[in-house]
Amino acid sequence: MAKGIRDRVAIIGMGCSRFGERWESGPEDLMLEAFDEALADAGIDKSGIEAAWLGVFFQEQSTGKSGLPLSQALKLKNVPVTRVENLCATGTEALRGAAYAVAAGACDIALAMGVEKLKDTGFGGLPERTKGALEDLWLPNSTAPGSFAQLASAYATTHRRDIGDLKRAMAHISVKSHRNALDNPKAHLRREITEAQVLDAPMVAYPLGVLDCCGVSDGAACAIVTTPEIARQLGRRDVVTIRALQLSPSYGYEMSNDGWDGSHTMTTRVAAERAYREAGIDDPASEIDLLEVHDCFSITELVLMEDLGVSESGCAIDDVLDGRYDRDGSLPCQVDGGLKCFGHPIGASGLRMAYEIYLQLLGRAGNRQLETPSVGLAQNLGGIPSRNVASVAIYGLADVSR
Amino acid sequence: MSESGFGILSSGSYVPRGRLTGKLIAETHGWFEPTLKSGVGVGRSFAGWDEDALTMAVEAVRDCMNDADTCAEIDLAQVELASTSLPYADRSNVGILREALGLSETARLVDSGGSLRAASSALLRALEAGRSRLLVASDCVDSKPASPGEATLGHAAAAMLVGTGSPMAILRGSASRHQDFVDHYRAVGERFSYTLEARWTRDAGYRQQTAETHAAAMEQAGIAERTDRLVVSAPPALAKAIAKSLRQDDLGATLSARIGYCAAAQPLLLLRHAFEQAQAGETIALVSIGQGIDVIVLELTARAEQTSLSARAAAGVEETNYTRYLSLRRLLELEEGIRAERDNRTAQAAFWRKHEAITGFIGGQCHNCGTLQFPPSRVCVECGAEDSQSPRRMSELRGTVRSFTEDWLAFTPRPPLIFGNVGFGDGANVMMEFTDVSPGELKVGMPVELRFRIKDFDHRRGFRRYFWKPTPVAGGADG
Repeated sequence: MAKGIRDRVAIIGMGCSRFGERWESGPEDLMLEAFDEALADAGIDKSGIEAAWLGVFFQEQSTGKSGLPLSQALKLKNVPVTRVENLCATGTEALRGAAYAVAAGACDIALAMGVEKLKDTGFGGLPERTKGALEDLWLPNSTAPGSFAQLASAYATTHRRDIGDLKRAMAHISVKSHRNALDNPKAHLRREITEAQVLDAPMVAYPLGVLDCCGVSDGAACAIVTTPEIARQLGRRDVVTIRALQLSPSYGYEMSNDGWDGSHTMTTRVAAERAYREAGIDDPASEIDLLEVHDCFSITELVLMEDLGVSESGCAIDDVLDGRYDRDGSLPCQVDGGLKCFGHPIGASGLRMAYEIYLQLLGRAGNRQLETPSVGLAQNLGGIPSRNVASVAIYGLADVSR
Repeated sequence: MSESGFGILSSGSYVPRGRLTGKLIAETHGWFEPTLKSGVGVGRSFAGWDEDALTMAVEAVRDCMNDADTCAEIDLAQVELASTSLPYADRSNVGILREALGLSETARLVDSGGSLRAASSALLRALEAGRSRLLVASDCVDSKPASPGEATLGHAAAAMLVGTGSPMAILRGSASRHQDFVDHYRAVGERFSYTLEARWTRDAGYRQQTAETHAAAMEQAGIAERTDRLVVSAPPALAKAIAKSLRQDDLGATLSARIGYCAAAQPLLLLRHAFEQAQAGETIALVSIGQGIDVIVLELTARAEQTSLSARAAAGVEETNYTRYLSLRRLLELEEGIRAERDNRTAQAAFWRKHEAITGFIGGQCHNCGTLQFPPSRVCVECGAEDSQSPRRMSELRGTVRSFTEDWLAFTPRPPLIFGNVGFGDGANVMMEFTDVSPGELKVGMPVELRFRIKDFDHRRGFRRYFWKPTPVAGGADG
């Protein structure tokens, strides 16, 4: 029976570019910015990297295809680079590739890089794209906010909750993330907003107003991974290890079957259950110290609290309004500002979430540092609620000196 | 009522919900053309952005089939679609209709047009052929802003099933005459018709022609002077003049006042109207003009049970925004933004593989576990059985709204794009775009029924795609 990769992969260096409308920077600049930080953090020579994984989604309008954009940007001399894409879980997917290579013993040190240059596409939100040759024949020409807004009407119906209460909880989520981002110099949107501003914002896709939507930005983030043994040989003691890394794609059920009520994400529930098992977590609400989730829209963050099992079914509204997921709450969520304030350069997001957890676990998060966290969870949701790829990663602090 | 005879077995109609009123037109163009009067009729119908002569024809046939047994049970010898505004010049339009409705593959298919008399002449051919034929007439001709036609030329469709059975109307007689009388014309590729002086059309043209042809039809029908009822298919002022010259009321005037004169669809619309308004046993004369005249004399053997056309004609939604009307009809080009730049090129090979499922909205029902699913697939989503699904037509199913949004970011000619998950029973859920629904109108749990509509356009290549869209069931939850 396979054991999974729990504690078999250590992260020894991470980097994250400043996120934002980086008109002056190309994807190669963003990748270099993240990589230089990670390399200095890892304290290794560039030549130590034996294999790399590159995550990028909209390659048409930014980097182009293949692994070449990474090897060229960093001048990695003929190092094997694999380009991966798995919707909004792309960044986590890149890390999964690098982690699996290390865990398998195929290489000692590997790099995972995620990058996206959304502001080169010319769109205010995510660019238009084909949904597939067959899907374009029948699926509505929907947008991301429109697709995620479906969660709200279905959630209110399933749990018989007033849409006004739901809207207030959603507003609380956005207000909280904006406040958190004030303390993060790498965040894109760094200004406080009020609940009234969120509720009065222009409608994008009912009931999502513009302040229920995450930003649109450019950015890159990366991780250098190795085995705990090599980390020790490099002189490390406290390192961040991967406790679990799970992926769950839809297989068509939510899209075509009414057994799914539309009020939650089935895939996150499956990925979370597997991740908790891999990490040996029985009670996530008490054993996890911080969450970074896929808050592409405020409603998404809300339902994810239930999908991850940290709020009871139908109770996320109350938990959110009670401040449970605020920075000073019992389970802080989006301490760095989340997608809401970093924006969502798709390929980078999963690694950007890991970066925050990495800093927090190592006590390097500056003004937003939480008190001695030791386990963090990052979740991505790629696609739309009825058809998506969910990833759940759990990171922990480990002493590798013994 | 004849128990077994040959004639019109059933009929149906479709009227889009938009109404453009003379009042709005006069308010808009009065500065330019003060002679435009706001008093002519209640308004005229116009098709939404996702409708054309073909989609309206599909709806009229569905209505016609509801009125009788399903057409699928009848061995149709021919299906004919008459129109002067079909979307394709070289792709069988009636073929798309056939596939959308699952009509007989072996029926002869005819697209006809070329004249406003296309449908009345086709009806005569059908009534004289002695075999079962489905005829549908539909027109969606746009008028130049501030032209006289803008206030009177409507969009609608009507269908008739002709064959042996219990007819609602039988043919008593007819007469036709062709004249190359150019009171108006529209060249191939032109958007608008060019119309000559109305007084000349009336006085030098149709008044004289009508009298002679009408008399010939009466003689053939064995009717002394005139039928019990008269309907005249012509633009309103001309129809009025023709009726006056025949010293008879035009029964169709009440319909035209609500939806306008619907070009080649008008003859069949008027007959359906008469079937709803006249009494069984009455004779009806249809005068249909268009480079000559058809006069068709029918005897109504059974009045239409439903006044569905009257209901549709009365159910319009008055347009309050003139530029929105222009934009929906693509008579005004608004800046649509970068999201409208998406290339809608169709992968025709992929479409061909799935064309029946897409055009007919045919799902797959697993005969292992009973689960219905769309699109149909090789592997059942519920039980995993392989190649276990039988085709099931979902277009006639009622659905229920399970979630929805009003999306103001997505490109659609009529924002917001309203779409969501719709349940169809037997486990089926499909994410679909809604149509004919306004913001604020939709609720979770609402019952919906399906319409055959344009999904999107590939303007660059002159192609349009069709799919089905749910709309709230008229009458709401208990409908």
